[in-house]
Amino acid sequence: MSYQGLASLFPKKEISGFLVLAVLLVVVLPLSLDIFRLNLMGKYLTYAFVAIGLVLCWGYGGILSLGQGVFFGLGGYLMAMFLKLEASDPITTKIQSTPGIPDFMDWNQITALPFFWKPFYSFPFTIAAILIIPAIIAYLVGAAMFKRRVGGVYFAIITQAIAAILTILIIGQQGYTGGVNGMTDLRTLLGWDIRSDQAKYILYFVCVGMLFLCLFVAQFVRKSKFGRLLVAMRDKEDRVRFSGYDVSNFKIFVFCLGAVFAAIGGALFTLQVGFMSPTLVGIVPSIEMVIFCAVGGRMSIIGAVYGALLVNWAKSSLSESFPELWLFALGGLFIAVVMAFPNGLAGLYTTYVAPKIKQWLADFKTPKQPKPQLEAIKESAKPAPRPEPKVQTIGNLGASPLTQGVLHE
Amino acid sequence: MFAEYSTSDLLSIFAMQGVAGLILFSVFVLMALGLAIIFGQMGVINMAHGEFMILGAYVTYLTSHVFETYLPSLFSLYFILAMVLAFIAAGALGALVEWGIIRHLYNRPLDTLLATWGLSLILQQTYRSVFGAREVGVTLPDWLMGSVKVSETIELPINGLFVMCLALGISTAVGILMYRSRWGTQVRAVVQNRPMAGAVGINTAKVDRITFALGCGIAGVAGSAFTMIGSTGPTSGQLYIVDTFLVVVFGGATSLLGTIASAFTISQAQSTMEFFMSGSMAKVLTLLFVVFILMLRPQGLFTLKVRR
Repeated sequence: MSYQGLASLFPKKEISGFLVLAVLLVVVLPLSLDIFRLNLMGKYLTYAFVAIGLVLCWGYGGILSLGQGVFFGLGGYLMAMFLKLEASDPITTKIQSTPGIPDFMDWNQITALPFFWKPFYSFPFTIAAILIIPAIIAYLVGAAMFKRRVGGVYFAIITQAIAAILTILIIGQQGYTGGVNGMTDLRTLLGWDIRSDQAKYILYFVCVGMLFLCLFVAQFVRKSKFGRLLVAMRDKEDRVRFSGYDVSNFKIFVFCLGAVFAAIGGALFTLQVGFMSPTLVGIVPSIEMVIFCAVGGRMSIIGAVYGALLVNWAKSSLSESFPELWLFALGGLFIAVVMAFPNGLAGLYTTYVAPKIKQWLADFKTPKQPKPQLEAIKESAKPAPRPEPKVQTIGNLGASPLTQGVLHE
Repeated sequence: MFAEYSTSDLLSIFAMQGVAGLILFSVFVLMALGLAIIFGQMGVINMAHGEFMILGAYVTYLTSHVFETYLPSLFSLYFILAMVLAFIAAGALGALVEWGIIRHLYNRPLDTLLATWGLSLILQQTYRSVFGAREVGVTLPDWLMGSVKVSETIELPINGLFVMCLALGISTAVGILMYRSRWGTQVRAVVQNRPMAGAVGINTAKVDRITFALGCGIAGVAGSAFTMIGSTGPTSGQLYIVDTFLVVVFGGATSLLGTIASAFTISQAQSTMEFFMSGSMAKVLTLLFVVFILMLRPQGLFTLKVRR
């Protein structure tokens, strides 16, 4: 891509957000946390994939899916199937009545590997399946719904029902899926022990790398014409349709994209945590994923990452010390995020924090800048929404003698 | 599949499963009626609907305890009072929730969904803190226990029959209220065109609040009826919410008759299939079937023809 293209993809205003996030994830967290906590952070980051997909689907496209756990779970289970097959080679499983098949199949009196498990001996197939199967399912669901112009609330309820169906299916068919315990005891990836500390470090960085890849794809979608069409569709679907666009195809595409993001997140979850279970698939986790996105800000892909990190961090620290408070806090968060700050953390940042930072930066830069640019900065700092009078006075007092000094020079 | 059963056996199986299906149907109707009013008529997605039902169940549990301790002579009658109290408690909470949360979100349906989900989490934790995490059950009065023997092979449980009568009574009452009363006309007017209804002098805010409270109150009665069939725990409500929404959507959200028809279809399909396969597979197939039909016919079985 040309420099021009990159510049339009990452305008100056937004690139700082990416840089701060990159520094935080690549430098600050690995240096300040021990491997256990870092692994937890990696686990939370896998939810961020889902949240980014939801920003595109829900924030931009206006499609609220309550079934993202389905895709997260699919990605996770497909990865877990590969790892489980690798973990249950005939030598380690020789005490079973049928060696060479996963332990839960043996417990459920299954004597041969089911046909749909067989391709998962192949790693390339697994990777392809993680990317393609969720996309196909999302396409089928999306096509069936959006071609018939079903949207909004109905779509939310039906995706939720799909999440319920998949959970019941996984729990009911425990011979094939491991049932309510899920797939546990995953050890190696292509012979590489994923449970060692070193592997956890590497997987964390792989996760961060993939996260940025998804962020860039999402940013590309946002900045493209497609992103603007999505917003237009969300606000006035009929007008976009009357302008000659095929609205349903756009919706299907963004839903599939969200599904693939979620599946990547699920696969990375399995790799970092070492198990996959139906508790990560159903209705409750799916709707919690929406709250990560809502807390971060439904229109901000970077906010979604912070939302996923913060809510999960709050969840584990609160439920460690006050298990009873956690549900109250989460419930309150749902209500507050809808009633008080619908644009989430990103909204709070742009209304309250960003103007202050801008002013502070302007004050900081003032003495060093030559005159014309100074004027420009002062101009840009002026229309900040509702500047607090106190800050204004301090700023003016601080700035005026210095400005005079510059003028004298 | 049928080879190992004789004809009369098969007949009894279908009769018994049919009655089991009818009881499940009554339960679905009770669950869905409140939601059909709130979601179908008002367009509000109340994810806390299950928790309102559980409130009714806990109120019944408390009433039974009070009667057991203080008024053992009147114990056989407590259930009637419990249902009234459940209606009042759930309805009052519903009015409060409408005032506090829902009325600010009428034009943002997806946000209502999230807010009421948050409410459901708070209610669940409240129940857990107050009543404990264990499931509780009530002692039924004698006249609700036992079963009626129809023939050699067919027996009908009395509490099931009671739930069926209750469902019939409440749906008739709601039907009359919605389609034969002045208030029902107002509700339907507000639903179809809010500004216009306001312009002709209907107090839309008041209609909204009463409608929401009524829907929640019916959920409370449904919860009260549930205590006859199973025990109640803090998270029981969540188990029902998907089923209930599917019943309402499948029937065509704006039609009460549709809700009843879809509750019938879903419950019969599920209970008949449950006999031949595991419960979870029956559930999966039923849900898949409903989702599939909804994809073919998104507006549901019955629709209201309105010029927009």
